[in-house]
Amino acid sequence: MYHAPTELNDALRTLSEEGGQVVAGGTDVYPSAKQGKMPTHFLDLTRISGLGGISHHQDSIRIGATATWTDVIKSDLPAAFDALKQAAREVGSVQIQNSGTIAGNLCNASPAADGVPPLLALDASVELTSMTRGSRRCPLSEFITGVRQTTLLPDELLTAILVPPPPVEMGSAFEKLGSRRYLVISISMTAAMVSCDDTGKIEQARIAIGACSPVALRMPLLEASLIGQTPKDVTIDPDLFASLTPIDDVRGSTEFRLDVVVEQCARAVKRAANL
Amino acid sequence: MNNRAGIKGTTFHLDGTQVEGFPVPGARLSEMLREQLGARDVKIGCNAGDCGACTVLIDGDPVCACLTPAQQVDGKRVETLRGLQRDDATAQVLGESFQDHGAAQCGICTPGMLVSAVALLRGTPNPTDVQVQDALGGVLCRCTGYRKIIDAVVGTKPITENTPGNIGDAIRRVDGLGKVSGVEAFGDDVAPPGTLEIFIIRSPYPRAKFTLGDLDAYGAQEGIAAVLTAKDITGKNAFGVIPQFVDQPVFAETETRFRGEAVAAVVGTPEVIGVLDPDTFPVQWTELPPISDVKSAQRPDAKQLHDGRSNNVMCGGFVQRGDAETALAGADVVVEGHFQSGFVEHAYIEPEAGFAEIVDGRVEVHACTQAPVMDLEALEVILGMDRSQIRIVPTGVGGGFGAKLDITVQPYLALAALKTGKPVRLAYSREESMQSSTKRHPSDIQLRIGASKSGEVTGFDFYGEFDTGAYASWGPTVAIRVPVHASGPYKIADYRAESKGIHTNNPPAGAFRGFGVPQSAIAQESLFDVLAEKLGIDALEFRIKNALENGASTVCGQVFSQGVGIKACFESLRSAWVAEREMAAEINAQNSKIKRGVGVAGGWYGCGNTSLPNPSTIKSGVLADGTVILHQGAMDIGQGANTVIAQIFATALGVPVGSVKIVGPDTDVTPDAGKTSASRQTYVSGNAARMSGETLRSLILEKINVAADAKMEFDAGRLIATDTGGSHTIDLASMEQDGDGFIFRAEETYDPPTKPLDANGQGAPYAQFGYAAHLAVVEVDTALGTTKAIKFVAAHDVGKAINPMLVEGQVHGGIAQGLGMALMEEYLPGRTENLHDYLIPTIGDIPPIETIIIEETDAHGPYGAKGLGEHVLIPTAPAILNAIYNAVGVRVTKVPATPSKLRAGIKAGPQ
Repeated sequence: MYHAPTELNDALRTLSEEGGQVVAGGTDVYPSAKQGKMPTHFLDLTRISGLGGISHHQDSIRIGATATWTDVIKSDLPAAFDALKQAAREVGSVQIQNSGTIAGNLCNASPAADGVPPLLALDASVELTSMTRGSRRCPLSEFITGVRQTTLLPDELLTAILVPPPPVEMGSAFEKLGSRRYLVISISMTAAMVSCDDTGKIEQARIAIGACSPVALRMPLLEASLIGQTPKDVTIDPDLFASLTPIDDVRGSTEFRLDVVVEQCARAVKRAANL
Repeated sequence: MNNRAGIKGTTFHLDGTQVEGFPVPGARLSEMLREQLGARDVKIGCNAGDCGACTVLIDGDPVCACLTPAQQVDGKRVETLRGLQRDDATAQVLGESFQDHGAAQCGICTPGMLVSAVALLRGTPNPTDVQVQDALGGVLCRCTGYRKIIDAVVGTKPITENTPGNIGDAIRRVDGLGKVSGVEAFGDDVAPPGTLEIFIIRSPYPRAKFTLGDLDAYGAQEGIAAVLTAKDITGKNAFGVIPQFVDQPVFAETETRFRGEAVAAVVGTPEVIGVLDPDTFPVQWTELPPISDVKSAQRPDAKQLHDGRSNNVMCGGFVQRGDAETALAGADVVVEGHFQSGFVEHAYIEPEAGFAEIVDGRVEVHACTQAPVMDLEALEVILGMDRSQIRIVPTGVGGGFGAKLDITVQPYLALAALKTGKPVRLAYSREESMQSSTKRHPSDIQLRIGASKSGEVTGFDFYGEFDTGAYASWGPTVAIRVPVHASGPYKIADYRAESKGIHTNNPPAGAFRGFGVPQSAIAQESLFDVLAEKLGIDALEFRIKNALENGASTVCGQVFSQGVGIKACFESLRSAWVAEREMAAEINAQNSKIKRGVGVAGGWYGCGNTSLPNPSTIKSGVLADGTVILHQGAMDIGQGANTVIAQIFATALGVPVGSVKIVGPDTDVTPDAGKTSASRQTYVSGNAARMSGETLRSLILEKINVAADAKMEFDAGRLIATDTGGSHTIDLASMEQDGDGFIFRAEETYDPPTKPLDANGQGAPYAQFGYAAHLAVVEVDTALGTTKAIKFVAAHDVGKAINPMLVEGQVHGGIAQGLGMALMEEYLPGRTENLHDYLIPTIGDIPPIETIIIEETDAHGPYGAKGLGEHVLIPTAPAILNAIYNAVGVRVTKVPATPSKLRAGIKAGPQ
């Protein structure tokens, strides 16, 4: 069956009663489809009213479950979202950005998911909704638990990504390293959010790194070390990356990832500070 | 279109018309468009969003139809290339522009490119290069090198001229319209919807024993028409491209030798094949330890893959001239190096595909191929049928680059059609295309080169091992070609070069643009830079000093009295070499992290088979209605043979190219113009076309009795010849026709004059070589290890540019492939079997390319022309590697120079 409900309640009921492959943009569902193992039940979220778009609320900016990368790029958002917008522009291609959703990127839980570091830096949470239990909120840092693993329960949908209003003075930037210009899976990536005081010294800093551990990570020690530094001359202490455990694969060695991510952080911080 | 039971209709606007499809749950939009709604202009290259060939617009936005659930378009507006070309002015202008710039070569990516570009231009009518790159970054092209596509979208001044299309004229491709309008039919575009399909059961292991279970029970399931195995082969279960090395089974019989090798094929309805789970097929596997590299393959205890090939050595090649060892001992400077490269995948955007049916008791195979007559000869043996009972009708070819020389889908199609008596189709998935098609040979090369203080190369000793994988394919050709070419286009009196092709349990390595020469060029051209640096001689001047010349002997003892254009190629780079290095020095003085470097490299390539017969036949004629027919059997795989051969023929006949009607390759009606390989079509088939045109012209002139320089025109049923004596008209309709309906006919064959190589590789392997020199400018981000190409200047001696636009197209495309080989491409069986782990350059990776055409005419070539197809990538990778060294002092000896590898070199410090 192919269900394409227009109301969230119908979708949640279908999910709890029949299950099925949840699909929105299809940009992860189809590439991972194996010959002869394609699901036969689908639950398409794209026609559900109120599930798309990006909206501003008192306590949060809400990115709906079916909001695409293109929706993010085109939205009027605070400077702290620049990293997310830059990540969106680096996701696959225009075709992928037009179809793929940020929510799907989180649920797919790839270690190289481009959306995760910027959203970690934004202290984002996810809203998980089920038919029987209603909605719950889960910090993004707790939602993704491992490679392709999340706390999403079988009867739940990720209905929104919620971002607390970021400090207006914070700028942000995203750095992605790949072996070619477009359509490339990250070797490593860094999202940085910073703000500086009147003397030009960093007073707030948030750093998140992806593709260097099973789940992208915030770097609290590194963030603390940035406070008081001048972005232009920022020094990044490689010893503060101990939480990273990058794999050694065709895209790059462990040593390489640990090496370049230091430089990437420095560049991201500078760009986040508008240098 | 049928309303299938239980399937809800999906109603939407397709190119302005309301339509209804009935997709099964989860069906891809691309599948519904192609199979239910006739939109075969939507191409399938990967089914994973990696190539963008299937791009369509949904409510105006470009998306991959392969990633879109078909049901999602209900109530929406879908636009594809065909509709856009019909109705949309922007698309029509773009289609013209693509043709004027040569932006479509094979044409398989063209729908994705054009549709994406239309979406861009609707919002941004005057885009910059970068905006075009951002908009088209999701569509891969393997032919063009992208720059002409950017030019076409931006709308720069066209290259084409409005001329009659004689030789030297940069005219549009004669087959370009079908490519930009989405009507050209490729391998998977010819089968009627609903045709039986084939699914091949392949080995999941590099080496495994297997036993097949109850195939009768399996085959009795509803919707399965047949199960094919080695037992169903009516002839011989073997194929191969070289008669002495026919060693590959259509279906393995007891043991598989590489991951992806076929053991059986299931023929069934599309509904059954579409959901067939290979795990349910009755086969038991026992994994065996594989041989995965050439060193372990040659150990005494290594399992031998093929009888008669001890130590797994398939064969070797050898060229010796003078005394390399003594020369090296006496050289003032000797440098040496160890160079390695991995498997490179052709990555044409069109996976192998075709269709077969039984017509009047004969089997007809329609598939993408580079060598229709070789396909016929292979099927003759496999099917055990007389060749008169087999017909090969090539479809459009969505890129080949060497791998579509070998048979792929053809035997499965023919066997299935014969067994079921019904039409059948087969399209490889991207994964099975990458697993089972041939690759570029991995190389392991040891090289020593000596020179005198004054900068003359004095000794050269080359030893190379090439991983030919599980089966021979074109491995022997690589083994033989490499020692002949490893010197590069230089004068080297004391030379020794030995190569070996070694079997492993890797995929068969075969023909890939350059046949091993790009690998040996990396070693030779890298060491030339090392030598020049040690000698304190400018790298370009060092090459010019040693460059081959007319009257000088090649390493095979062949002396060309004319046509050697390598020195002119290098000399044409001098001004750029000076200017680019000055600019690099300026930039480097101001930057600590980004370092710019400039590199140069040369190359040569012998056109046609090595010391073997290599004929092409071209037939032409004039019909009673005045139509001039050219039977053009040289496969156009995007490189432009249809246009080049027609231009040569038209020039020889003395008519505009527009008045020639081409009848393409078809083994029933068109003579064999040989395979599209070895850069031989312009030269060899071009000569046959020239001769055919000349003969046809002289027959006509003789009949009318006019002067040799008479002007000819063909009108409805009449031929008008005009010379100084006036106009002469003959009424063709009243004249006698032959069996083909021809009033006049000419069929001519050309075979290049070569001589065999002796035990020391001395002889005349090729009647002509083409020559090339590339200059590469790169920037290395020293902190990240990334390399960005900034610019190429590419000089090519093509003898005579039959069509300068197509020459540029070849140069650009070759450079893109060379860049991929240098910086990012490495095929690892089981690991990079898709186009997101195996990376080829995108539109953002290829910088501007300046093409310099050198015309050192060749006495053997048609109007002096030389081949070009392979030459274009031979110097690219070493030029890039030399530029990287120039930038950061790191000599990369194992390609690809990935960021990880280069950064490690930079950290280790200059060598």
